[in-house]
Amino acid sequence: MNSVMSPTTTALLQVDGVCKAFPKPDGGNLAVLEGVQLRLEEGQIVGLLGRSGSGKSTLLRLIAGLDAPSSGALAFRGQPIDGPPCGIAMVFQSFALFPWLTVFENVALGLEAQHMEKGQIRKRSLAAIDLIGLDGFESAYPRELSGGMRQRVGFARALVVHPDVLLMDEPFSALDVLTAETLRTDFLDLWAEGRAPIKGVILVTHNIEEAVLMCDRILVFGSNPGRILNEIDVKIPQPRKRLDPVFRELVERIYVEMTSRRTGATPGRNERFPGLGIGSVMRRVSSNLLSGLLETIAAPPFNGTADLPKIASDLQMEIDELFPVAETLQLMRFAEIEGGDIRLTEAGTAFVNADLDERKRMFARHLLNYVPLAAHIRRVLDERASHSARKSRFIDELEDFMGEDDAEDTLRAVISLARYAEAFAYNDETAAFSLENPV
Amino acid sequence: MDRTDPFAFVRDLASRWDLIAIVVVIGILTFFAEASRGLLVPLTRLAATPMSLDPVHLPVYAARTTLRMFVALVLSLLFTLTYATWAAKSPRAERLLVPILDVLQSVPILGFISITYVFFMSLVPGRVLGAEFGAIFAIFTSQAWNMAFSFYQSLRTVPYELREAADSFRLSAWMRFWRLEVPFAMPALLWNMMMSMSGSWFFVVASESVTMGHTSIALPGIGSYIALAIEQGNLHAIGWAILTMLIVILLYDQLIFRPLVVWGTRFRIDQEQDARVPTSWALTMLQRSRLMGAFHALFYAVVRWTSRTTPRPQALIRIANAGASRRADRLWFLLLAAVVVWALWRIAQVLIGETSLHEALQVAGLATITMLRVLILIALASLLWVPIGIWVGLRPRATQVVQPIAQFLAAFPANLLFPLATFGIVTWKLNPDIWLSPLMILGTQWYILFNVIAGAAAMPAELRYAAQNLNVGGWLWWRRVALPGVLPYYVTGAITASGGSWNASIVAEIASWHQVEVKAHGLGAYIAEATTAADFHRIILGITTMSLFVVAINRVFWRPLYYYAERKFRLT
Repeated sequence: MNSVMSPTTTALLQVDGVCKAFPKPDGGNLAVLEGVQLRLEEGQIVGLLGRSGSGKSTLLRLIAGLDAPSSGALAFRGQPIDGPPCGIAMVFQSFALFPWLTVFENVALGLEAQHMEKGQIRKRSLAAIDLIGLDGFESAYPRELSGGMRQRVGFARALVVHPDVLLMDEPFSALDVLTAETLRTDFLDLWAEGRAPIKGVILVTHNIEEAVLMCDRILVFGSNPGRILNEIDVKIPQPRKRLDPVFRELVERIYVEMTSRRTGATPGRNERFPGLGIGSVMRRVSSNLLSGLLETIAAPPFNGTADLPKIASDLQMEIDELFPVAETLQLMRFAEIEGGDIRLTEAGTAFVNADLDERKRMFARHLLNYVPLAAHIRRVLDERASHSARKSRFIDELEDFMGEDDAEDTLRAVISLARYAEAFAYNDETAAFSLENPV
Repeated sequence: MDRTDPFAFVRDLASRWDLIAIVVVIGILTFFAEASRGLLVPLTRLAATPMSLDPVHLPVYAARTTLRMFVALVLSLLFTLTYATWAAKSPRAERLLVPILDVLQSVPILGFISITYVFFMSLVPGRVLGAEFGAIFAIFTSQAWNMAFSFYQSLRTVPYELREAADSFRLSAWMRFWRLEVPFAMPALLWNMMMSMSGSWFFVVASESVTMGHTSIALPGIGSYIALAIEQGNLHAIGWAILTMLIVILLYDQLIFRPLVVWGTRFRIDQEQDARVPTSWALTMLQRSRLMGAFHALFYAVVRWTSRTTPRPQALIRIANAGASRRADRLWFLLLAAVVVWALWRIAQVLIGETSLHEALQVAGLATITMLRVLILIALASLLWVPIGIWVGLRPRATQVVQPIAQFLAAFPANLLFPLATFGIVTWKLNPDIWLSPLMILGTQWYILFNVIAGAAAMPAELRYAAQNLNVGGWLWWRRVALPGVLPYYVTGAITASGGSWNASIVAEIASWHQVEVKAHGLGAYIAEATTAADFHRIILGITTMSLFVVAINRVFWRPLYYYAERKFRLT
């Protein structure tokens, strides 16, 4: 926050009060980004940290000029962004390489688009390929390369246009742990030694450790609508060590931040949709994961209380995978999340010790008591003489509160939980809920 | 990568592959020059140099036939690149263009050959060129629709990240088209092009020789040769024509179909290495030859040069003025409504004014007969080819042998074989209502076979092992494993076969052999007779009825079945 205090120079990037909303089918608007403020100075790596659906990727696309905001202003070097600006390049999560072009042709494409002279294209492309450690692979097609090498092509392709700002959209999340770490280290070396022709970086990630490892400043994003919850300056000098106590402490702090903010936000959200209480987005979570996590927390070394970062690294789960499970447990009152810890409730402990039939009974009880949407569906089915209801009926209700995809996801999440609990049945062929239990 | 030495290809010009390549290229050029020489002569010359049944002329006839096919293909490609692009890029145009395409696919091409002939001959009066245009247009209509559909669908499904990557590197629209959209669409487009060409041999042959009222035209080609052989009842000549066509199709398969399909695999988006990479000797030759490399480099140089001269994208403001666009939408729909009303009026004038209710009912009855025929034939062909296809598809070695043969047979114009059947019916005095029917499916049944083979071959080995492991056998295995596994593929094949059979009914339900005419009851025969009599009202009535039937059957039967199979049985 203190880095914003240099008004004499123009920032590389300036984002002011940006909002983005998408129209809903019923005519209203669904906000995915609200009041976002951001400033990128020369020599900085800024991380946008948040879970999926927090609008961080949307913000990155606005900065890249691939989309326009509903309101607010974005400027690159003082110039408003109204299309992909020259001087901003992007690295994609899925690499986005053109499969019919060789490594060299992929890298050269951005320069060809600038109508550069042929010799110059060749020189600069080879230099970029060299810089990123791809020499020897010039004539290879992407399909011949491993994931790590493909992402190197992605980096070379972005760096070849000599951008001032590099945008990275979860560039390491599609890679295995070891490859991702190598690529991160290589990139940080390039950056620290000033060999990469870039002046600032924006990194979108949902990996807390990655953010702490790479960024000078971290913006923590919250969901519904996407907004910046907090800004954290990372003052640990590079190169950073993951096992350094200061590093661990910061990671822990961000975990607390992200979990407590969310629980804190829950009543607020419910207030916005009074009455039904079905308006919160749920992610699909397998019942195996739910009971698996409960059992892991109950067992030593955790014995009922687990540190979230610790259990995440033990189970090798990204926060995008861990948080929905933990939150579903919390919603169903099997666990509580507080201060970066997850703790079993009495019901949670009882669940772990119960046999399969008893578990199912408990699960059904908690589902219908604490998950408003499940209770709502059950009530509708009970009230109707036919004991059946169409899926579209509930989708329509959900879409008053959320987008199409989220509504589908939320309903699917509840269907999956209800199937395990045998609370009600759903037939995908007829898209209908019923109370009958198939044989 | 670009070659550093631009003249490198000259140095070893004489590599083995180059020599072969040069011979092939010059051969093709000669062939086209030879074949196109007759285009500008007046029509009277056509009458002055009548067709001859001497097999010596067959190579030239075959060349003329093939040339027509390729000209039509180039036109289809141009149509695809423009029409489909327009439909994909403009939401307003899309709403009209896509349904039009869908209906055009269902219109029986053979039915309106005569109409288009009249139109094109009036454009270039008295020259062979006009008739050639007519024939080429007929072939075009048999190729273009599914190519355009495939291209449109590809344009709509370009992966999001690739589009964004192109945007963020600020590719101009022109460059995006050639570097992203066309390559992405290439595999599907090539496959549809090949399917179109296979299908259109049938129409090439059928469109060369047309009789309308007092005018009869026979453009030099294999189709006219066959027509003449039928007229004179010359069984030997028919044998020669079939042999020639076999050779032509074989060359087409080896020199064009296979190389293009193999080449297309490089544009596939799924980046996994495929164990079974198809091969083609002709493609290997082209790729190893420096000369072809130079052509390739030239093509890319042109793409680059045109890219450089097209304007770069301006700053894009994407928030359109919603109010104005809604007004424009309304205007557009008013315009469309006006066009539809006008068209309905015209059709009503032609049909209602000139057609009695009795005639309309009669045509509907004939259509029902043809429909029954098509359905029964598809059912019979399915009973035969589905088990065989599954058997073959589950055995990789058998697949390697049978699959190319099935594709080859699908390309072979079945109408060349019709005279043999007619000869049999005339000789043994068989019932044409029954014995002419199989001709309708003679050429199209192979689509069922090779789609089922592809489906069975694509079934994951683990599924088959699991079935074996559980001792699933007999009828249970067919019901639970094999048939559901190939259903999506089977439906695709059956749709193609059904559409093709409707079209073929126009040439199959009525046939002649040496002055003797045999005729089955059906809509195809009705349209064919109307064409010969140059009775335009009956032609339009017939075509309209047939289109309505085909569209209705597709909507009511095939399309729901296809989506059901896709949803339930497609293994992803």
